[in-house]
Amino acid sequence: MRDMKKTKMVFTAAVLVAILAGCIALDATLPSYHIAITVIKKATVYALVAVSMNLLNGFTGLFSLGQAGFMLLGAYAYGVLTIPVAKRESVYQYFDGGAIHFSLPEIFAGFLGDTVGKTVGMLAALLVGGLLAALMAYLIGLPVLRLKSDYLAIATLGFAEILKAFFQWNKLGPITNGSNLLKSYPYFEHATPYVLIAGVLIAVILLLINSTYGRAFKAIRDDEVAAEAMGINLAKHKRMAFVISSFFAGVGGGMMAMYSGTIAAAPFKSALTYEILLIVVIGGIGSITGSVIASFLYIVSSEWLLRGLDSGTFLGINAPSIFKNGFRMAVFSVIIMVIVLFFRKGIMGDRELPDLLDKRPKKAKKEAAK
Amino acid sequence: MSNNVLRVDHATMQFGGVVAVDDLSLEINKGEIVALIGPNGAGKTTAFNVITGVYQPTNGAVWFNDEKIVENHPQGKMKKQYKGQCEGMYKETIAPTPDKITKLGMARTFQNIRLWKSQTVFDNVLIAKHCRTTSNVFSATFRGNRKEEARQREEVEELLKIVGLDDVKNELATSLPYGKQRRLEIARALAAEPTLLLLDEPAAGMNPQETEELTAFIGEIREKFNLTIFLIEHHMNLVMDISDRIYVLDFGKLIAHGTPAEIQKNQRVIDAYLGVAEDA
Ligand SMILES: Nc1ncnc2c1ncn2[C@@H]1O[C@H](COP(=O)(O)OP(=O)(O)OP(=O)(O)O)[C@@H](O)[C@H]1O
Ligand SMILES: [Mg+2]
Repeated sequence: MRDMKKTKMVFTAAVLVAILAGCIALDATLPSYHIAITVIKKATVYALVAVSMNLLNGFTGLFSLGQAGFMLLGAYAYGVLTIPVAKRESVYQYFDGGAIHFSLPEIFAGFLGDTVGKTVGMLAALLVGGLLAALMAYLIGLPVLRLKSDYLAIATLGFAEILKAFFQWNKLGPITNGSNLLKSYPYFEHATPYVLIAGVLIAVILLLINSTYGRAFKAIRDDEVAAEAMGINLAKHKRMAFVISSFFAGVGGGMMAMYSGTIAAAPFKSALTYEILLIVVIGGIGSITGSVIASFLYIVSSEWLLRGLDSGTFLGINAPSIFKNGFRMAVFSVIIMVIVLFFRKGIMGDRELPDLLDKRPKKAKKEAAK
Repeated sequence: MSNNVLRVDHATMQFGGVVAVDDLSLEINKGEIVALIGPNGAGKTTAFNVITGVYQPTNGAVWFNDEKIVENHPQGKMKKQYKGQCEGMYKETIAPTPDKITKLGMARTFQNIRLWKSQTVFDNVLIAKHCRTTSNVFSATFRGNRKEEARQREEVEELLKIVGLDDVKNELATSLPYGKQRRLEIARALAAEPTLLLLDEPAAGMNPQETEELTAFIGEIREKFNLTIFLIEHHMNLVMDISDRIYVLDFGKLIAHGTPAEIQKNQRVIDAYLGVAEDA
């Protein structure tokens, strides 16, 4: 029993170190615009947001679809707080240079030195984005979380859409730049910082899930009536899960702004939430590892491996008449359907990375008994 | 200061036109085991739900340790079709959620077992300790509550030994046989550290031997945890064995109340319930 636990810890640590080492190696050898680097960046961000959604939908049993809205808040907070003061005139050209005349990386660079200060400033901006998303979740949580299942989904979806429209509103232009892009802000070029940030945050979510509060969330998911009867305050705990999940979605939004280089409200549409939801389902509702693996599979195949299906040549087959725009998504949908059909509970079910070392005990025993 | 742990005052619970509990008043004293019996659909579970805050009664009040925890009066739409008594007696509305009442020291089990199905036996009990944790989410996430968590885990181990489930603690709760699931429900309720324990048909689905074991077990935990117990049960042997007093409900109304010997002789109870129970 003890030994198994130790083996699992070593196994998990080894996998994590290998991932990090691989990432650093790629950063050292490949140029930062290489597709592999782009894919890693995007996939880690998706992984973080998928895990945050899993915390809410998978572990607390709240079917919320507001993820894109909270990401939008995080993305805008990041952009608005980090655009260098000198660039604001050109970025906010239709709004007289905007209303905000400071930049967190520059402020921190003032007393921490250029490199450290800039990094700290960028991280601080991510944090503010997360906190803003959390605050918003706190405010809408009380009325919205009273709703049950489908109604909650519709309300959160609607909220995200309203937020998107609100951020494009011209009157907010001095801050959001209206329907124009936010750009010229600093970002991490290499993939490793993304992996590190997302990794640390996902680890925090894991810690939360395995704490007494995480167990309370799971109790609410399994049986709300029993949870309440055993002294778990439903309103408080649901709101807590909602706020925490939104915080991480906000940070994820900020990171998304980083790798994409520009910020607009349009990409934060409900399709983004559906993508994340799909990842959660494919990975396994209630499995953090599953969400992470599924994010990578999803992004790698949609952004990279299947690209050829849209551009003429795939796996050495040259058939421009079939492999043209849109075909990729068609194939992709079929793959997803197959996965959903054959892995009813997603790739991982509700197991985590260390559980992979367990043999399937039930089956093995039954076989032995025969 | 009265000796009451629980007092229900003229509680009426009406669902539309159906009066599930009709003007129910009862008292339970410290250390007693009191049974609530009656035919199917008599309103027993509904009475539990009113006491534990699941339902807000249409009219009436509930006192726990001399503190009024529930009060309501027929209001709004109900006023027109209110069929209970004592309409003007209560004025306030006090309707705490069940978790608040549990924290005051009342815990319950469910007639239709409601264990957390994806959780192990151990975790089912441990989660019930959550309402007694003092750490906030931040300190719990970053393991600032190690001591408290270790203590709670120890208490759960202890509790599982007492109820005889320590050998299956790592199994999924729902993989247990029925009788053990019922025991686990009791263990879980005990983990919330109640002074008053409400058991809704703890012996349902058990064979005579299991029922006998359960009877002894209920007596044991009363001693061990200094409990007052209020239980609903159809197994008359169990009820007559361990109850100090019995309340009998029929069609939502209290039709008798007394010691087991008195109840067994009560003609109204025999007509309404006991006669039937023997057939079944
Ligand atoms: N939520 C509800 N809505 C409408 N009617 C209800 C509700 N809960 C209970 N009732 C009705 O109230 C009456 C009493 O039900 P209750 O479950 O309290 O009976 P019981 O005494 O526990 O019966 P049993 O021995 O079968 O468990 C029944 O007629 C039931 O249909
Ligand atoms: Mg009942």
